[in-house]
Amino acid sequence: MNNVVVRDYIIPANDFTIAGEASSNVRKILSQIGVAPDIVKRTSIAMYEAEINAMIHGKGGQAHVEIDENKIVIRISDQGPGIEDLDLAMQEGYSTAPDSIREMGFGAGMGLSNIKKHSDILEINTAVNEGTTVLITVFFKQE
Amino acid sequence: MKISEIAELIKAEICTKNYDDSIDIFSACSADLMSDVMAFSKSNALLLTGLVNPQVIRTAEMMDIKAVVFVRGKKPLDNMIEMAEEKGIVLLATDYPMFVASGKLYKSGIHGRGD
Ligand SMILES: Nc1ncnc2c1ncn2[C@@H]1O[C@H](COP(=O)(O)OP(=O)(O)OP(=O)(O)O)[C@@H](O)[C@H]1O
Ligand SMILES: [Mg+2]
Repeated sequence: MNNVVVRDYIIPANDFTIAGEASSNVRKILSQIGVAPDIVKRTSIAMYEAEINAMIHGKGGQAHVEIDENKIVIRISDQGPGIEDLDLAMQEGYSTAPDSIREMGFGAGMGLSNIKKHSDILEINTAVNEGTTVLITVFFKQE
Repeated sequence: MKISEIAELIKAEICTKNYDDSIDIFSACSADLMSDVMAFSKSNALLLTGLVNPQVIRTAEMMDIKAVVFVRGKKPLDNMIEMAEEKGIVLLATDYPMFVASGKLYKSGIHGRGD
């Protein structure tokens, strides 16, 4: 409990060159402290999808990460347009991404369901015109 | 299948230096959409793609993908090569189109199976 790692990152808007830096950094930390590779991968996928979403849809935002010996909690928040219908957004294939994003290889509408699949606890708080916060928890020991 | 064997089979140029040829690749994913790659969860995997941008390398990193083949004569950019070398990801480039490159690899035993 005493060894808590805390990290904060800025996620810039629409900058594909550094998109994923935060997830990449967290991935390194998890590997270094000896978290099992499959858990590292699950965490990476969930965080990367959320980071890309904040960049593409949320006009950029912040990532706050806390790691203790049992789990990682990732909070990705933005002050963007918010999600009007979250149930709809969670469905595979639903996407409002413009063509410019599709050309970059994203916008298939798979991200949110992929985050759900790879996190142990997922909480999304969103309000139109206020922003979106995605809270992801992954436990290191799977019961 | 080893990276060197893959390179020979699909007549690919290896664009990164100092790669680890002991890696055994046994599954692969062909996609231009990184969203689709993110949904692929096999290990020791190879990615074949026609998309050329740094997010391809980033996505490979997140997905534990060991090597990326750029198809149809596409070449990775210098910043992508740098990034891949840093992360220990091997980049290859072939003139074959996606379908043919995938077919050759499939025929030689890379079946996209595995855990
Ligand atoms: N942070 C966010 N702010 C505003 N809208 C969002 C946010 N995250 C997701 N959305 C909305 O939910 C939709 C679905 O998101 P999801 O991540 O599942 O797919 P996508 O980002 O469009 O495509 P993919 O993730 O496959 O690249 C988005 O198209 C967008 O309309
Ligand atoms: Mg998304």
